[in-house]
Amino acid sequence: MADRPEPAAWSDRIMEPLAAPLVAVAATLVLFGAFMALAGHNPLEVYRLMGVGAFGSWFSCQNTLQRAAPLLLTALCTALPARMGLVIIGGEGAFVIGGLAAMAAGLPLVDAGLPPLVIQAVMALAGMAAGGALIATAGALRHWRGVNETISSLLLSSIAIAVMNQLVEGVMRDPTSLNKPSTRALPDPDMLGTMPGMDVHVGLAAGLVVCVATWLLMTRTTFGFAVRLVGGNLRAARLVGLPVGPMIVIVTALAGACAGLAGMVEVAAVQARANANIVAGYGVSGILVAFLARQNPLAVIPVAVILGGIGASGGLLQRRLDLPDAVVLVLQGILFVALLAGEGLPRWSEFRARIVR
Amino acid sequence: MSDVALAANLGLWTVPIAVVGGAIRVSTPFLFVSLGELVTEKSGRINLGLEGTLVMGAMSGFAGAWLSGSPWLGVLLAGLVGIALGALHAGICSLPRVNDIAVGIALMLFGTGLAFYLGKPLVQPKAPTLPALPLGWWSDIPQIRAALEVNGLFVIGLVLTPLLRWALSNTRWGMIVRMVGDSAEAARALGYSPLRVRLAATCFGGFMAGVGGSFLSLYYPGSWNEGLSSGQGITAVALVIFARWNPVGCFLASLLFGGAVALGPALQAVGVTAGAYLFNAAPYILTLVILILSSSSRHRIAGAPGELSVTR
Repeated sequence: MADRPEPAAWSDRIMEPLAAPLVAVAATLVLFGAFMALAGHNPLEVYRLMGVGAFGSWFSCQNTLQRAAPLLLTALCTALPARMGLVIIGGEGAFVIGGLAAMAAGLPLVDAGLPPLVIQAVMALAGMAAGGALIATAGALRHWRGVNETISSLLLSSIAIAVMNQLVEGVMRDPTSLNKPSTRALPDPDMLGTMPGMDVHVGLAAGLVVCVATWLLMTRTTFGFAVRLVGGNLRAARLVGLPVGPMIVIVTALAGACAGLAGMVEVAAVQARANANIVAGYGVSGILVAFLARQNPLAVIPVAVILGGIGASGGLLQRRLDLPDAVVLVLQGILFVALLAGEGLPRWSEFRARIVR
Repeated sequence: MSDVALAANLGLWTVPIAVVGGAIRVSTPFLFVSLGELVTEKSGRINLGLEGTLVMGAMSGFAGAWLSGSPWLGVLLAGLVGIALGALHAGICSLPRVNDIAVGIALMLFGTGLAFYLGKPLVQPKAPTLPALPLGWWSDIPQIRAALEVNGLFVIGLVLTPLLRWALSNTRWGMIVRMVGDSAEAARALGYSPLRVRLAATCFGGFMAGVGGSFLSLYYPGSWNEGLSSGQGITAVALVIFARWNPVGCFLASLLFGGAVALGPALQAVGVTAGAYLFNAAPYILTLVILILSSSSRHRIAGAPGELSVTR
């Protein structure tokens, strides 16, 4: 017990944010390993195969990055509002409605024969606007009507998915898509290209840029400071005259726009059409990425790559060990639960103080 | 094709009859999840993970019925699995600095993932389903008979509703749960452990959600597959808020939601096919509208437990 607080040791500053996630990851490896052992598989073999499936070759690395790209953006849908103390879990709906809006805006331009770059730009804007509007609704309802944003964002997400299914089945349906109702396809020349030197679409670059940009916005600008103030102490933020309502709308719109952009990339670079395939769980996994990254846009990047790798290795586990594809969901679920339980452990500095003393 | 002929005879009356029948059938999972969640929320906690519990209940109920040959043993197993998941939620939430909403989201993912994994071998087999009580015996019209084929679980829910209302306001246990939910401080001052009461209340919620899930796989639709739940678990959580934490309200709201879901297929049967997906989304739209109308930015929702984070 010192009279005045000592300056935090450098190890504290590094370990404080990392300790809980690391403990959670270690606990997950043990628990999931035990689960695999109970299912009759050698856990070490499972982990080795996951490593190979995620990062074992240039091909699997590209697969990992391809899966990480949408997670970079959908994670921000949860991470940005979290800075204001809001728990938004509607990323899946913003992703889907973003993809749908992108197709709705893009196809008439294709018919009009506009150059690909114009079409892609309009598609991206449409996707961002649709996703942004969806999540901003949850933010606005929170501020002006006091509706809990977690529940409303989830409901809005389900409604958005139903709207997509309805339109793809009805007005926007391509009559030639028989088994799986879809919109018309985006012609090849108008699709988003790949990054130089690799087989991964440019959505990866977009995701990286947006992560870095939102990190700068949240940590290096006055606006970001104000956002964190609202999240830290709402009453103080009101007292200093911050426009809390408009700020909530801006941040939730930005968050939804990120997920909407991811949806646009999904239709414009991967699927070429909007159909039920775009409800692929990227929005839901994004929630886990955001929590694992402790709602830090910069930390989202490595976490998205790791979770993209877990997803990419699912196929190999299915082929080699005959495990159901849901094994990835089990691993993600255990990881999420362990992570939150880890938040309840004593903080690193308290822990270290106990040992040193 | 006699069904079509009869449908033509009854004309548009088939729609309300099918909606009533559908409301009774579809409402049962809503009713069980919401009654369970009501007790959990009354103790001051919200468990968003009931969606995962519901799916786990559907899977384990089906597995239990398939392995034992008795659907009621399946229901029991589903309830026990629900208790385990409820205990997991309450256990993690009792740690310091842990947010119950976040734990709920995590358990939603965990429960559905685990159910999909363990349920892979259950997609093919057929399990014995729960029996139905033919309450439509007095009628000659097959539509009315079909509509009034009422499941035993619905009857249990019907009985449980007033019982729960009475227990919450008149029994010692009910008062302890409500006190913990309104002020943990007061409960602690009187020597009750809020964490322990919430553990019991969350386990009760898990049990009910597990049983509600088993209804899906053992009665209607009556088989196990990964698309079984269309978000009933999460809708039921919001339904409790709509019902203002009143069991009778939960019952009526469950019927309303069940009817809303049944309206789409009922209209389809008489030839109105437009908007099938939008009808599926009816419960979400209804919930959202109701939440908007019943919430206020100035004051808490009337009747909300004081400790409940979600209404703050």
